[in-house]
Amino acid sequence: MFPIVESRLLAAAVKQFKIAAPEIAKKRKPGQFIVLRINEEGERIPLTIADADPEAGTLTIIFQEVGKSTEHLGRLKAGDMICDLIGPLGVPTHVEKFGTVICVGGGIGIAPVYPIAKAMREAGNTVLSIIGARTKNLLILEEEMAKVSNALKVSTDDGSYGYHGFVSDVLQNIIDEGTHIDLVVAIGPVPMMRVVCNVTRNHKIKTVVSLNPIMVDATGMCGACRVSVGGRTRFVCVDGPEFDGHEVNFAELVKRQRAYLNQEKLALESFRHTGGACQGGKGL
Amino acid sequence: MNETTEKKKRPQIPRQKMPEQEPKVRAKNFDEVPFGYSADLAKLEASRCLQCKKPLCVEGCPVSIDIPAFIGLILQENFLGSAHKLKEMNSLPAVCGRVCPQEDQCEKLCILGKKGEPVAIGRLERFAADYEQAHGEFIMPPKAAPTGKKVAVVGSGPAGLTLAGDLIKKGHEVTIFEALHKPGGVLVYGIPEFRLPKAIVQAEVEYLQKIGVELKTNMVIGKIYKVDELMANGYDAVFLGTGAGLPTFMNIPGENFNGVYSANEYLTRSNLMKAYLFPQYDTPIAKGKKVAVLGGGNVAMDSARTALRLGADDVYIVYRRSKKELPARIEEVHHAEEEGVQFHFLTLPVEILGNEDGWVCGMKCQRMELGEPDESGRRRPIPVPGSEFTLEVDMVVVAIGTGANPLIPSTTLDLKTNKWGYIVADQETGATSKKGVYAGGDIVTGSATVILAMGAGRKAADAIHLYLTG
Repeated sequence: MFPIVESRLLAAAVKQFKIAAPEIAKKRKPGQFIVLRINEEGERIPLTIADADPEAGTLTIIFQEVGKSTEHLGRLKAGDMICDLIGPLGVPTHVEKFGTVICVGGGIGIAPVYPIAKAMREAGNTVLSIIGARTKNLLILEEEMAKVSNALKVSTDDGSYGYHGFVSDVLQNIIDEGTHIDLVVAIGPVPMMRVVCNVTRNHKIKTVVSLNPIMVDATGMCGACRVSVGGRTRFVCVDGPEFDGHEVNFAELVKRQRAYLNQEKLALESFRHTGGACQGGKGL
Repeated sequence: MNETTEKKKRPQIPRQKMPEQEPKVRAKNFDEVPFGYSADLAKLEASRCLQCKKPLCVEGCPVSIDIPAFIGLILQENFLGSAHKLKEMNSLPAVCGRVCPQEDQCEKLCILGKKGEPVAIGRLERFAADYEQAHGEFIMPPKAAPTGKKVAVVGSGPAGLTLAGDLIKKGHEVTIFEALHKPGGVLVYGIPEFRLPKAIVQAEVEYLQKIGVELKTNMVIGKIYKVDELMANGYDAVFLGTGAGLPTFMNIPGENFNGVYSANEYLTRSNLMKAYLFPQYDTPIAKGKKVAVLGGGNVAMDSARTALRLGADDVYIVYRRSKKELPARIEEVHHAEEEGVQFHFLTLPVEILGNEDGWVCGMKCQRMELGEPDESGRRRPIPVPGSEFTLEVDMVVVAIGTGANPLIPSTTLDLKTNKWGYIVADQETGATSKKGVYAGGDIVTGSATVILAMGAGRKAADAIHLYLTG
């Protein structure tokens, strides 16, 4: 059992939990994720570790309520228990002094970008960050990203804050200004990562993306999370989650992410219908 | 009736069947297929045993159960005593009674089998073990004085559970590290409820906990701790029983379409995550109407029978050799046939077809014929030119075997593996190339059976005990 020690609402339907998991907090590295299960009936949900405090023994996770499980998770409060928490999983981000690194985060993808930006900066890189959201009140971690970046640019799709447009447009502008870039790290919705990769491919700038396909065990046992990278099938849970973005078959990934749309809708409806009466986690 | 006439009469009693659910009924539910013997049936079957002075059956048992003794106790109506006799050598009798391939082991050597049918040793084992789970009181087995030594067991499948039970009784401290959220390994994620009810596995694990084994779930060794860290953290020996948990695919076009599952994923969703109870349980599973299962082993049969229970109209086993070469247990094939699974023998899938949404809509296959025997001794299937055809399916489960998960070998220094990635370990002791580290079960042998993994756990337990106390 893993107690939630702190809960914060970061934006509409976006929550941040600090969860006590001392062993994982000590071990985790940027780029890694955990799997959690809310209660006995719960599914195994993979979530990137946004931050950790090894001394306090806590992990920070950030999630958006998009379906039954995340909505259920969002109803839990400080003091509630998470039934299972497994990690740290996945290969950590390859961090070294590359030179100038651009960290691009879109929507909820800003959460996994944050620890990478922080680690890149600590490794001596010049970190330029671009974060974006659909609209201003969905933007998260602006202050935190500003703190770990040499410069931060913000965009919103609707122009309600910062640059009016997509993070990929901002990136294109930076490239057009003639900035030398050694590496781009881009995390966000698949369409965003795909567009960013299209931009950088033209300029032969190495681009790392972090993928979030459907997973079950997340230890390399089931293959649910397989993606095509450079024409080869890879398992995101153990070979990733980060891959060379220029090699990823995003079209296939999008289709695979949508495999259970109907069931997800059904589950959410039935959860809301019953009022989500079961508060989960407690004593299970 | 004196004993001589009784003995003469015994072979005339036929081998007793276990009552079971009707095929049509059970193909729609996840309840266990056989109900098990009643006490009367068990005694009748037990009476068939000749109580051989030199029992061949025991030689066929990988964990050397005293088979005539436990059967004799059933005949005397000492059912608990029978279960205790089983547990002297086998810590998981309720499991083995259900999933052991007895026809290739103890029952194969039973003297009655020479002229008629062998004693139903597996069914009797199951009966005694179930009786104990239902009626028995917990009895703390004799334990040796504490040795002060600590053993880490990685993986809570049949090998790890057996070894843990043995070593705790020898006075060592034992901690099992399980990567998933539930203990049991393949017994909980792989073998379906209708063949091995999860409550039975849970009871076996709880027994081990009661006798002092510590269980830590959600611990992915290789990630949270490396093997070297376990040893640095005070474990005097480590046993690796992680199983062969890497799914194998066909490497044919179209395998990444939605609706294509590895058997591991399909069964894990259904068994471990209880997706068959969706939406009461959160994990979804695709419910194909026309399902192809590729492969001919027990896992393929389990997948096919699961698909039927999830509402498929047609389930096909697609196997590239003929019925004779099926690696699955005869009983499993028989159960699958009874329930309506259809077999496409001598058929090789060559491509999976998908629609624009990325879902499976068919499978291109090729007919095969059998040629000369290959290195496995089985006749090699060869393609029949011009025999391609398309099978209309909306789901495919790939059940062609598993490989070695590299998580532990890749994070453990000086641990030797063979060319397939399996850990190299001594057959008799389980000793690996790394001092104090032992291994057994599928991670050493590749996919095999529950009982062979248990046998490996037993041998490694003896070797570890010697290593720690010698």
